Amino acid sequence: MKDRSVRPALWRMGVIALAVVLAFSLVGCSKSTPEAANPEPAPVEKTKFVLASTTSTQDSGLFDVLIPAFEKANPEYTVEVIAVGSGEAMKMGENKDADVLLVHSPAAEKAFMEAGFGTERRDVMYNDFVIVGPASDPAGIKSAGDLNAVMAALAKGKAPFMTRDDKSGTNAKELKLWAGASVSPTATANAADWYLSTGQGMGETLKITNEKQGYTLSDRATFLTSKGALDLVILREGDKALLNQYGVIPVKDAAHLDGGTAFMEWITSAEAQKIIGEFGIEKFGQALFTPNAQ
Amino acid sequence: MTTAATICITGVRKVFKGKAAVDVTRLELKPGRTLALLGPSGSGKSTLLSIVGLLEKPDAGTIELDGVRVSVADRAARMTMAAAFQRTYLFKGTVGENVAYGLRLRRVSGAETAERVAAALERVGLPGWQDRSALTLSGGEAQRVALARALVLRPRILLLDEPLASLDPIMKWRLTRDFAQILSEERVTTLYVTHDQDEALAVADDVAIMREGRIVAHGPVDEVFGLPADDWTAGFLGMEPAIRGRVLETRDGVAHIDCGGVDLFAIASVTTGSEVSFGVRPEDVLLFEADVVVPVSSARNRLDAVVAEIDPSGATFRVVIEQGSVRIAARISRAALADLRLSVGTPVQALFKATAVRVAST
Amino acid sequence: MGIFVDAFRGGLDMLVSGATDVWSIVLVSVQVSGAAVLLALVLGIPAGFVLGTKRFIGRRMMLVIANTGMGLPPVVVGLVVAMLLSRRGPFGKLELLYSQPAMVIAQLVIALPIVAAVSAAAVSAVPRELRLQARSLGASPWQEAFMTLKEARMGLIAAIAAGFGSIISEVGAVTMVGGNLAGKTRVMTTAIVQYTRMGDYGPALALAAVLMGMVLVVNILLARVQSSAERFEA
Repeated sequence: MKDRSVRPALWRMGVIALAVVLAFSLVGCSKSTPEAANPEPAPVEKTKFVLASTTSTQDSGLFDVLIPAFEKANPEYTVEVIAVGSGEAMKMGENKDADVLLVHSPAAEKAFMEAGFGTERRDVMYNDFVIVGPASDPAGIKSAGDLNAVMAALAKGKAPFMTRDDKSGTNAKELKLWAGASVSPTATANAADWYLSTGQGMGETLKITNEKQGYTLSDRATFLTSKGALDLVILREGDKALLNQYGVIPVKDAAHLDGGTAFMEWITSAEAQKIIGEFGIEKFGQALFTPNAQ
Repeated sequence: MTTAATICITGVRKVFKGKAAVDVTRLELKPGRTLALLGPSGSGKSTLLSIVGLLEKPDAGTIELDGVRVSVADRAARMTMAAAFQRTYLFKGTVGENVAYGLRLRRVSGAETAERVAAALERVGLPGWQDRSALTLSGGEAQRVALARALVLRPRILLLDEPLASLDPIMKWRLTRDFAQILSEERVTTLYVTHDQDEALAVADDVAIMREGRIVAHGPVDEVFGLPADDWTAGFLGMEPAIRGRVLETRDGVAHIDCGGVDLFAIASVTTGSEVSFGVRPEDVLLFEADVVVPVSSARNRLDAVVAEIDPSGATFRVVIEQGSVRIAARISRAALADLRLSVGTPVQALFKATAVRVAST
Repeated sequence: MGIFVDAFRGGLDMLVSGATDVWSIVLVSVQVSGAAVLLALVLGIPAGFVLGTKRFIGRRMMLVIANTGMGLPPVVVGLVVAMLLSRRGPFGKLELLYSQPAMVIAQLVIALPIVAAVSAAAVSAVPRELRLQARSLGASPWQEAFMTLKEARMGLIAAIAAGFGSIISEVGAVTMVGGNLAGKTRVMTTAIVQYTRMGDYGPALALAAVLMGMVLVVNILLARVQSSAERFEA
């Protein structure tokens, strides 16, 4: 979470109003994530392009491996990664604030392509989602049958369920799961007590889930990365509906479309696919993503 | 009117930053009299006033009110006093609210408060000023309000800390006169802190002179001002150090004193042949041109002297004249200085009455 | 600039139509920051009074702490409060993290030094002689303190406004300890961040307008207080 508040001091009160105005003008412009920019002592001019991706990908640490490898293979480019929700990532694409997207919200990606915002869309990899909760499993989802039964058990509201409610890919997946089970969690009688909207990224939402000792849907990568600080366990995994497909889309008419296209070509190449397939094994004993570029 | 109070402090010490700001063996405020506490700035006068007023706790010493020991914690004793300070710190609000402040704290009824506030404002020459804003007053008006705010409580002890110090000279002169009259009419025991000896002379019955936290002179105004206790006090009072002499004879209460060949006369009961010291107030000395014949007058003393020093002193001048071993100061106006065409070395005649000479045995 | 026009129109509609979630977010903001400021006053004004009037050992140190506290980064406050209240933290048993009380605590920690330092400055601007004057007219210690606070009231209003202004527009700490839970701990600043992340600029702008309005009102209030103080205290 970036803190945009102004340091409070009486004589700076006026600055606060100004800061809000500035915050406005920043919206829609580029935001930088300096730790991901990874500037190398480059000899000649490099073309910098913007990759808009999701917080869950960023949180998994995949970019820390992937981006340096890309920049080594393509020394004429540097990549600036903006990690936001899938929703905002695609909004950045629409506004041409990003040159290429790496997102995981298939339905929204389809709409994005149909609206003519992208040049093409390719599958890159998938990971899977897991439903996590307290080991005591108060909602009893372990003993439930299929995934629809799990969702129905959760909707009884015996324990809080954290929804990211941020139009992210994870959020889109969660809503799809409810719909599949024909449950509308917001329409349940005591929704305000158990269906809690965090509006935040996966890492934060997991922390809140932990404090409330409730349930949430998480991508495996983020959960594995942060589970050391959590008293939560995986209670459901492996269902086909829990798979999470990532796609790459260069943005049409973007300022640095060449860079975006180069990134697409590279990430779907055998070299990049191999890196993806090995990522996480060393640290977690299992790969976090499965490469599946055609 | 309640009976006037007596305050006596003994052995009072207050240390600031390792230095004794106040170190007073004894100071007494006599009932119904005004004691002027006189001294240069930084001599500890205001701190002493705060201690007397039970506003600040001394590090050592006792304060007795009518013979009963009291302290800062003794609010009932503090309630018998009232103070006004150099810069008139008025509260935000109207003149009336300011004057009524102490009465409200004492839960005096509204009707009585209004009556007493009106009377107090009239007493200080501001009748009907209740509804004016306290923050729009001139310095002199504010000082009057501050005095009214203290007087309205009918205190048994009044503490005034340089109440006129921040005023212009004309306003100061007028208020000094008014304050002197009010204080003498109210017959309230008053401690009046000032660095200005003219003000002290005008308002006080008794005077105490403070230097570096200590009282160096203490007594009735005539005594203290007439004959400086030591060289420092003399200098502070604008006088020359006391003159020494020998009493040649006394006749009809008039002592004839020889000071190294200069004969002087003083009203004093001293024994013939004794050694004495004496002083003359600069205000009591008249100067004449050297070459005129001075007509016969009631002034018993005449010196043929020369001017030794001329220093400006406020609006007036202090002229030190010398004849043999007798050095005295005279206080004259700027116009007189010009008319007499005085400069250092100019011969002058000086006259002063035998009553102007304050004598003490040594 | 089309992005602004569209978003602003959308946001305006939400405000005018009284879209409940927008106004309920405003309400949570006011509730939480209001409670924090109220507590900050109850604790900060007496603390400011003591710091501004009394001389005691450690006073200078406490003033330094209060003044440092004025520049305390809210994210640091958020971090420490979150660690203290988390399930694995020393106060985990209270189960307070991600609740309004947790936000009030964090905002109190941010606002308290501001309120204390500004009121200390206001109170110490009341001349010592005025307090002596009140005492000499018979005021008890309580009456003297009341008089001092009354004289310093302009500065105290400034302290309230500064404290409120510092927390109503703060986002880091409230996110960390509040969790941005809809209808519970979602306040204007965290909601603006979230809507922006989601690319949902309409409600973000609507909330930003309300927030700016509040900060503006606080500033106008401060300016009026200060100019009237100058008028009366020249």
